[in-house]
Amino acid sequence: MKINLTSNELNQVKILLGREPNIVELGMIDVMWSEHCSYKSSKLELKKIPTKGRRVIVGPGFDSGIVDLGDGDVVAFKIESHNHPSAIDPYNGAATGIGGIIRDILCTNCRPIALLDSLRFGKLEKGHNRWLFQNVIRGIADYGNCCGIPTVAGEIEFDPSFERNCLVNVACSGIGKKENIVLGKMENPGDILVLLGGSTGRDGIHGVTFASKTIDERSEEDRPSVQVGDPFMKKIVIEATLEALSTRYVRGLKDLGGGGLTCALSEMSDKGGVGAEINIDKIHIREADMAPFELMISESQERMLFVIKPEGLNKILKIFDKWEIKYSIIGKVTNTKKVVVKKDKQIIASLPPKILTEVPPIRRKSRKPNYLKKFPKKFELKQKPKNLSQAIYELLMMPTIASKQYIYQQYDHEVGIRTVIRPGEADAAVLRILGKNKAIAMKTDCNSFHTYLDPYYGHAGAVAESIRNIVVTGAEPIAIADCCNFGNPENPEVFWQFKRSIDGLSYMLNGLDIPCIGGNVSFYNEDERTSTAVKPTIVIAALGLIDDLNHITTLGLKESNQAIIIIGKTYNEIGGSQFSIRFNGIGGKVANAKHDREKASMNAVLSSIRKGYITASHDCSKGGLAIALAKMAINGGFGAIVDIKKIPKTSMNPYELLFSESHGRFIVSSRIEDVGKILKICKDNNASVSLIGKTNDEGTIKFSIGKETIANCEIKKMRKCWKNGIQKYIN
Amino acid sequence: MRAAVIQFPGSNCDYDVLYVLNKQLGIKADLVWHRYFRHNNYDFAILPGGFSYGDYLRAGAIAAQSPAMRELKEMVNEGKAVLGICNGFQILVESGILPGALLMNDCLTFVCKWVTLQVSSNKSSATTLIQKDKILRMPVAHSEGRYVNEKHGIKELYENEQIIFKYVCNSTDDFNPNGSMENIAGICNLERNVVGLMPHPERASESAISPQCSNDGLMIFESMIEYSKK
Repeated sequence: MKINLTSNELNQVKILLGREPNIVELGMIDVMWSEHCSYKSSKLELKKIPTKGRRVIVGPGFDSGIVDLGDGDVVAFKIESHNHPSAIDPYNGAATGIGGIIRDILCTNCRPIALLDSLRFGKLEKGHNRWLFQNVIRGIADYGNCCGIPTVAGEIEFDPSFERNCLVNVACSGIGKKENIVLGKMENPGDILVLLGGSTGRDGIHGVTFASKTIDERSEEDRPSVQVGDPFMKKIVIEATLEALSTRYVRGLKDLGGGGLTCALSEMSDKGGVGAEINIDKIHIREADMAPFELMISESQERMLFVIKPEGLNKILKIFDKWEIKYSIIGKVTNTKKVVVKKDKQIIASLPPKILTEVPPIRRKSRKPNYLKKFPKKFELKQKPKNLSQAIYELLMMPTIASKQYIYQQYDHEVGIRTVIRPGEADAAVLRILGKNKAIAMKTDCNSFHTYLDPYYGHAGAVAESIRNIVVTGAEPIAIADCCNFGNPENPEVFWQFKRSIDGLSYMLNGLDIPCIGGNVSFYNEDERTSTAVKPTIVIAALGLIDDLNHITTLGLKESNQAIIIIGKTYNEIGGSQFSIRFNGIGGKVANAKHDREKASMNAVLSSIRKGYITASHDCSKGGLAIALAKMAINGGFGAIVDIKKIPKTSMNPYELLFSESHGRFIVSSRIEDVGKILKICKDNNASVSLIGKTNDEGTIKFSIGKETIANCEIKKMRKCWKNGIQKYIN
Repeated sequence: MRAAVIQFPGSNCDYDVLYVLNKQLGIKADLVWHRYFRHNNYDFAILPGGFSYGDYLRAGAIAAQSPAMRELKEMVNEGKAVLGICNGFQILVESGILPGALLMNDCLTFVCKWVTLQVSSNKSSATTLIQKDKILRMPVAHSEGRYVNEKHGIKELYENEQIIFKYVCNSTDDFNPNGSMENIAGICNLERNVVGLMPHPERASESAISPQCSNDGLMIFESMIEYSKK
């Protein structure tokens, strides 16, 4: 058996336990003390993140966070990474990532209704990256589509730092009733433990320890650590589980993910302050001759651990029989405060749950990275684009900016008849609550080009951008979940990035008064051969509530002769922008997201949308104002003329005005007669605002300084560039 | 009037169809587990979309062997209306109730997008209330939707006016999402009571969730109700 505990940790275990652990116990402790399960490097930092709010019902610490939508409706929301498995086996790695997040939502008794995917790859010019890209997409599509859960939104970035370590983060939301929430807890001694779903095999053994080290040449050998998913079984598990939960005989429920049965038993018994006893001979298995420790840590997919009231057992087993799904009655809840494992009536492991769940934190060293010193603070244009129109066309072709139709067309984004706003129609997905005049908006975001240059403001910006993206659809932001992706935390420079990132994220959440209801940390996203760590990336998944379906706003321009208004000020912040990366390389001052500016702009936009003054709205982010307006034109088919002199600003350089990625900005269109009302709302909210142009049906986007035209782009040509940006690499 | 929405393991548009029938059209419709389905209890039946039995072997192939299909054939023989949507269409083809086959899309990937359809014939249980040649908008979402048939099979479909829906051009985009022969999107049997189509009318039954406020799909369900009154 491979043990990954350090000798120091092994000594700590002996002290805490008061004896030597036996081989089964050692296997169980080993997985639970892995970085992936224990958060031992991150947990001291994660405490800084605000988690409380008036709508929060369940915060971090459970399978998924839950927020209150009012009228008895709740939403469960969670984001997770599946980076390491996807880097080795992109199809199965991504598919099982979807599988895991669905179970997290399901076990709260909420029906999973939407998936989002945040993906990062190396550049598509390279065959290896295209292989990862196409198979990750196919893995997500095959799994999500088969389960009948629409994949409705996401984001994607391409950068060489993600070449060996692609990032695959997936978020899921589920809808349920407040009174029916079930948690991953055991509370009543005597309750029966039933393991439902897939049979237990050797697949995924040590998946968590695999995820807790860097990728190197030997990683191919870890391929058996990648679980293999079965979306058909998952669909059956979903329906059988929801039917079983509807009987109200299920007192607790947890999915088996990282750490397998060991994690589920220890966390559930610890949360309820009880014990659990199981007999491993009862577990339905896929392979004979599995060692007891293998059974205890296997991460075979599609499994759920039910805690069932004894009087309801028969009724629930009948439901499982109807669905022709395998299960085994493996044990019961006890009052011993110990997790006891038996084989042939012999006790083969007996551990207090706390030794498995309360792993001592590690204080990691941190040091400002050297790489930050080498970047010029000042932006100087080394390679000027031929002209500004050409620059706009070229930016639209960059895969990070280009149309994502190739991806979302492979996802069933309609199933469930809740999808009101589909991919490509607005900045966030919007799904209605069936039978109510309410909807939720969701989006994931992070700009790793910003976070690399400035982890603090980069991540303050990631929070701001994700929230702006839901606000522009007409939603009130209510919560976020986060997914941290970093290199090796034992490297002080990586840990410095992590610390600064958490600080920046917390700064913005505190300022906007928005809670984080759950998260996930993935370290060791690092290529050992080249010691390249991924760019620091905390993906923010934002959740918002729309309380009237009439407020839903999309990004396409709707008519000619409407006003174009920019809300929020443009600063001299072109560092880390897509323009800079395309024409100048990385460096310079990154956009600083400030919560007071964000709040002012968001409040102004949301009030204007709710009053019905806004006909189209778009957040201003990657590619700046020029790309934001280009997308509004491409989507709606109407052109515009904009005078950049009128933009509220601090600098007069046309490059900065068009392409700076300053935060806190929105571009909106409105009927001419509503302009005054919008300006007043902005003034009341202390938001900078200016009427900068008008829509037309001339088929072009024209930027001018006063009367001088500085860029003139055809919508037709822009659409072609934008549509081909990713597509041209396929086939 | 009572309708059955037959649920196979892996069906995933079952609740969506049920919602349209119950909530929007006010029809008594039951979600019926495939093993429990009895044709006598119902006036019409719908086989919803999804991935019955995980699409293992071939899409619809295993569900076609379900005991529900024996019951369904009785229902077909009695002349009652039956609609197969997407995976339901695949099951009808696999069970031999409808002719031809549905193969992998020519783009080799799953395709989810809104398409434009033309009603090629209104002589079927699913189009009896719709004008011939009417244009409908609704989404497709499938991997295996490329309708194929032998030459004489296609000839027969034309001769007997069995092609009910065709994909038609509405813009510059590829209008046929899967490369089906003759742009076929849906067909009926010789008796005209059984219809199968790849697009999802249940996803286009409410303007609130349609990109161009289309609720064209509703007419298909309304036609089935009307047909079943006779």
